[in-house]
Amino acid sequence: MSSDTAALRSLAQKRWRMALTLSAVMVAIYFGFVLLVAFNKEGLGTLIVPGLSAGIVLGALVIVLSWAVTWYYVRWANAHVDDEIARLNQSNGGAQ
Amino acid sequence: MTGGTAIGEPNTTAIVFFFIFVALTLSITYWAARKTKSTEEFFAAGRSISGRQNGFALAGDYMSAASFLGIAGLVSLSGFDGLIYSTGWLVGWPVILFLIAEPLRNLGKYTFADVVSYRLRQTPVRIAAAIGTLAVVAFYLIAQMVGAGNLIRLMFGLTYETAVVIVGAVMLAYVLFGGMIATTWVQIVKACLLLGGALLMSVLVLAQFNMNPVELFAAAQEKYGEGVLAPGALISSPWEAVSLGLALMFGTAGLPHILMRFYTVPNAKAARQSVFWATGLIGFFYLLTFVLGFGAMVLVGRELITSVDAGGNMAAPLLAEVIGGTGLLGFIAAVAFATILAVVAGLTLSGAAALSHDLWVSVVRKGHADHGEQLKVARVATVILGIVAILLGIAFKGQNVAFMVGLAFAVAASGNFPAIVLSIFWRKSTTNGMVACIIVGTLTSLLFIYLSPTIQVDILGNTDALFPLRNPALITIPLAFIVGIVVSLLKPEPEALQAYDKKERQMILGVPAE
Repeated sequence: MSSDTAALRSLAQKRWRMALTLSAVMVAIYFGFVLLVAFNKEGLGTLIVPGLSAGIVLGALVIVLSWAVTWYYVRWANAHVDDEIARLNQSNGGAQ
Repeated sequence: MTGGTAIGEPNTTAIVFFFIFVALTLSITYWAARKTKSTEEFFAAGRSISGRQNGFALAGDYMSAASFLGIAGLVSLSGFDGLIYSTGWLVGWPVILFLIAEPLRNLGKYTFADVVSYRLRQTPVRIAAAIGTLAVVAFYLIAQMVGAGNLIRLMFGLTYETAVVIVGAVMLAYVLFGGMIATTWVQIVKACLLLGGALLMSVLVLAQFNMNPVELFAAAQEKYGEGVLAPGALISSPWEAVSLGLALMFGTAGLPHILMRFYTVPNAKAARQSVFWATGLIGFFYLLTFVLGFGAMVLVGRELITSVDAGGNMAAPLLAEVIGGTGLLGFIAAVAFATILAVVAGLTLSGAAALSHDLWVSVVRKGHADHGEQLKVARVATVILGIVAILLGIAFKGQNVAFMVGLAFAVAASGNFPAIVLSIFWRKSTTNGMVACIIVGTLTSLLFIYLSPTIQVDILGNTDALFPLRNPALITIPLAFIVGIVVSLLKPEPEALQAYDKKERQMILGVPAE
């Protein structure tokens, strides 16, 4: 039972660490963009080519990065969390 | 005819498509009604929805007419500024995925109050959470119903009141008879229609610009100046930008009708997959709104857009007419109508869950209500909410309700989100702390919005506002967290502390056999 609890605790911590890290990454990405909008309006208006400003590229990039971070988490959780949950549920057997 | 557009006249294509949609969704409802025999089926579709299906349904619940018509309009009138909303409305989804989706699925049954009240004293937490839920649902419903009335009046030539009653009645048929199963499938059908319609329009727009969005943006720049590609006047101060960003990012994770959808899937893994799908679909949709907004700016022109509706809400339908004639206009009008119907259905169902599951079954009956009674109460609550939605829609006729969605997000971000996060992550959170957190977050965001320029200057016509920010999230989110933490620390709750280990186990492992 105690090794089971220890395994659960370490799984919980592993998951929360990843969840909090990726949340921080998302906050950094989005508020990086918002702070640029707030404090560097000219910079975002800079044209890279005619018709394409830095702001539009960064805006689209926020959306694409949101996908990327989501994809990374799902891949990580599918590979590292699900098996362990199944194992813990198995060893927990009829206890529930 | 309003300046060369068929908007405002009855459109045969729109009416035909609308009847096809209603006929299709009502047959889904008929099929769903025969499968809806228990409360679990009524509120959670028997937990039988797959991750991908739920992803489409989440996208359907989230992509309201406000985001389709509103963002396209905003981009068409202000260019880049509209994109601040497009991105903000997406970035809440990864947060839901990392922090909320899986624990929520593992800990709860029908409402987010299940998660907050787990290991705490039921009655006070349930009442507080129901207040948070109903406040968000009411503001969101008002915005949707008033939007529906105006939209349908403009597009189908019906009176405002008729339009509101039709939306209320059809929506009630879905929810009352088909419960969550019907609502889910209505959302899926609507998500496909909306994405398909937006994609079709984007391709038709880009076809005029060599399939190159940059050429489209360049044409917009040529027509209205470089300013359309840079941040402009919409965000008046840096603090305003940050505060709006906070509300958009964390508000999504406190919307009860979104959170409720995680109970419709069989397990945490499926909940995770569904957010992945939803994020992809919603992000794709918002990328399309770039094209639609700038397309309307160039191909329709700002003058015509504002002459039909000063707020720009008719930009997307006008664009459809320009690129595809009255046929495409009719199709897009019907899609917008379907969009509103589906969102209203989702909102009503989550409000009904708060009334029946949180207030009636858990508070009034202390959990001792048999299944027949639960289902009956759920249906009564649905009817009450449907009637309230219609009455609110009529009561707010002619009011500027654009700020209502902002209000819903502010309350969700300041009241519901902090309580969910603290109760999941923080061992020492207590009943008093969570109740204080929800109540303070909800009330202060309402108070600050009342004191803000949105109400004081724009609506009441005063020259000055006591509270400078249009969006209070910058103050109210931290405040709700601090109140929740301080109140919890002031008077520890030993029973709750002891029960955390059990909660953590269930949060990670789920309930193997339900």
